[in-house]
Amino acid sequence: MSQATEAGPATARPARLPPATEQGALGWLRKNLFSSWGNTITTLVIVALMAWFAVWFVDWAVLNAVFTAESGQECVGKHGACWAIIGAKFRYIFFGSFPYEQHWRPLFAILAMLAMLVLSCDRRMWSASRLAIIWGVGSVITFLLMLGEIHIPVTLIFVVALIAGLVGYAYRRRVAENAERLAYIALAAIGGLYLILRILGVVPGVAVPIALFSYVETGSWGGLAVTMILATYGLAFAFPYGILLALGRRSNLPLIRGLCIGFIELIRGVPLISLLIMASVMLPLFLPSGTSIDKFLRAQVAVILFAGAYIAEIVRGGLQALPKGQFEAADAMGLNYVQRTALIVLPQALRVVIPPLINTFIGFFKDTSLVLIIGIFDFLKTASQALVDPLWTGFPGEIYLFAAAVYFCFCFSMSRYSKYLERELNKGTQR
Amino acid sequence: MAIAQPALPKAKVAPWNDPVIRGWFFQIVVIGAVTLLAWYLVSNTLDNLHRQKIATGFDYLGREAGFEIGDTMIPYSPADTYARAIFVGMLNTLRVAILGIILATILGTLIGIGRLSPNWLLSRICEWYVEAFRNVPLLLWLFLFYKVISEAFPGPRQAISLLWDTIFLSNRGLYFPVPFAHDVHSWMGLGLLVGIAVAWSISRWAKARQAATGQPFPTIWAGIGAIIGLPLLIWLFGGAPLDFSVPHIKGFNFEGGTVIQPEFTALLLGLVVYTSAFIAEIVRSGILALHKGQSEAAYSLGLSRSQATRLVLLPQALRVIVPPMTSQYLNITKNSSLAIAIGYPDLVASVNVTINQTGQAVENVLIIMAAYLTVSLSISLFMNWYNRRIALKER
Repeated sequence: MSQATEAGPATARPARLPPATEQGALGWLRKNLFSSWGNTITTLVIVALMAWFAVWFVDWAVLNAVFTAESGQECVGKHGACWAIIGAKFRYIFFGSFPYEQHWRPLFAILAMLAMLVLSCDRRMWSASRLAIIWGVGSVITFLLMLGEIHIPVTLIFVVALIAGLVGYAYRRRVAENAERLAYIALAAIGGLYLILRILGVVPGVAVPIALFSYVETGSWGGLAVTMILATYGLAFAFPYGILLALGRRSNLPLIRGLCIGFIELIRGVPLISLLIMASVMLPLFLPSGTSIDKFLRAQVAVILFAGAYIAEIVRGGLQALPKGQFEAADAMGLNYVQRTALIVLPQALRVVIPPLINTFIGFFKDTSLVLIIGIFDFLKTASQALVDPLWTGFPGEIYLFAAAVYFCFCFSMSRYSKYLERELNKGTQR
Repeated sequence: MAIAQPALPKAKVAPWNDPVIRGWFFQIVVIGAVTLLAWYLVSNTLDNLHRQKIATGFDYLGREAGFEIGDTMIPYSPADTYARAIFVGMLNTLRVAILGIILATILGTLIGIGRLSPNWLLSRICEWYVEAFRNVPLLLWLFLFYKVISEAFPGPRQAISLLWDTIFLSNRGLYFPVPFAHDVHSWMGLGLLVGIAVAWSISRWAKARQAATGQPFPTIWAGIGAIIGLPLLIWLFGGAPLDFSVPHIKGFNFEGGTVIQPEFTALLLGLVVYTSAFIAEIVRSGILALHKGQSEAAYSLGLSRSQATRLVLLPQALRVIVPPMTSQYLNITKNSSLAIAIGYPDLVASVNVTINQTGQAVENVLIIMAAYLTVSLSISLFMNWYNRRIALKER
């Protein structure tokens, strides 16, 4: 080694280390915070402001804060945050006026919905049958817990049988074994037969009741569970319906296209509040007199209508991004419209739009807070309502910051998931 | 063209396999179903209205409204008609929407540029700002701002006074002095319009001259001079009236001056901080979408930093920025309807009171929808026109 270094200029000298000011922590500081005069001044001003704010905030939120108190009176004059209000009110904020000793029910319903959403985020679960099982089981658990009892009409079971039979037959007619084909025909036949008998009035309409707990009407629901149900089921129903709208908007048939464009633009052009007001005052007028719809259901319908139009526009983006050759190839293979759409077009189009769809979902999760205007106790409403208690009045900052933190956790994790998914789905195109 | 094309034998297709016939069949089925549904809903509605003895039609618009509106831009009293009450609400919506659009654009652009700053601290703070504001519902921000303004600020008697007792900040809002009405004000308004026209013609002339001779002209300074200078000159020649109506405490509230009410402040603040977080992301992605070679090429041509930004980078970034920005402007307009939750009297609030008083839900919801559709379509048309103007001219 020493021989080589003494050999003269023919061999390269070992590179010297960069100056101490250009590397390590010092170098990083120089490069990112003090690279020029303007930069240095900016840094110093920001550090000063942050220090001032941090001192004030720690003073308010920690040093002078009251963490336990019997009532708001004990916090008055302390010049600090009154976090005791959160401790006193958190059950109400999270569960609303759900019967107090039954609060474990909405808690487990929230957990069931979370599990449902988290499982659906896993790409290994992205097949129709797995998603159907996850959402079916999750929904039954959620609503059983929230309502206490659910009545499943027998007719519904037979309608599902009829649809499953018809769809299965239509898709698998050419490829299935004889036995499978017969099974589809039998399913459809049984479903159809029952429906005909039911319409003729031969069999009475009965419902299978599953009653595990005491019944709690939707009017007593409140808190996080309401926000999550509105957002989750709003999206779950709006998704297929948004896809239909998007397909209609891209259709060659002028009347259908016009209808879909008109609907989408009408909904997108007006604020959600006007739809909610419409749902709360006009929906009762639309129905035959004497029938009434649950207030919660009305809000849910408005959210679905609203979400559908926005989802349709996102799906349309995916449809437009698909090269024309895909459509032509499908036509050349002799596939009909339904087969082409379900087997060739949608799988590719939906894949592109998953990240923007999640961003839309974040938007709906936030927008569900608007339902409080028509008197539904969602999470934001129960938080505001906690301030009405005369014992605890006068601490809006604490309550709203707490609610904001909860919303932030949900929305931020979803937006991170959307970013992660975008990277994952684009792996094939990034080299 | 002399040779007659032999007519191709028309393929024989069964009518249920003919795409044209199929298309019409499906369309007729869908339209029929929609018509049936509409007929069902309308007949139910008419039946219900009849049963509940609710009048139909827009006659109620001419009747006396009878409700107060706290914040009006044009004179209004409860003795005025419903139509005027709704119009007052509409003006309030437009006021907060237009101010919100302008302020959110400025703030959002600053934050978006801040996120790209070489200063690590500044870019991190801008990033936190974006994440914090866009991941929490707008309505929550509105509640927070409104409650903090109306509960944490002192009452009128203990108001925070600024600038030698001329500006007062209290839970009734921000009171500040305004000049007394004077004849010269209308002339100043005229001067402003003339100034804008002069600035516009200067910019046209300067552009034409630069295209012909290459000589630049300080258009911006000349324009600002014309727009501000002309009204200022008129004010000076008009005797420079300096009488202000200064707010002062009288009884339990202020008198004189003018006020920005807490509802309006909370709504505007909420709309601006919430939407600016989205606009910041749009601006950032618009700038990032530019190829680095563009700025390098501009500098190598000898353009200064500001010239490069103004003449090369910004025009290209705007192409990416304008379409998503349009939808944010539409969002501000639609989100201004959240005003109803904190009691700012906007269009939806006025109409909602009207619904409660008259019971005529259908007509009133139609009014809301028509109003918002008109505003949305106007913004869309304007932004589409602007977008076409700045779009790449391809031949």
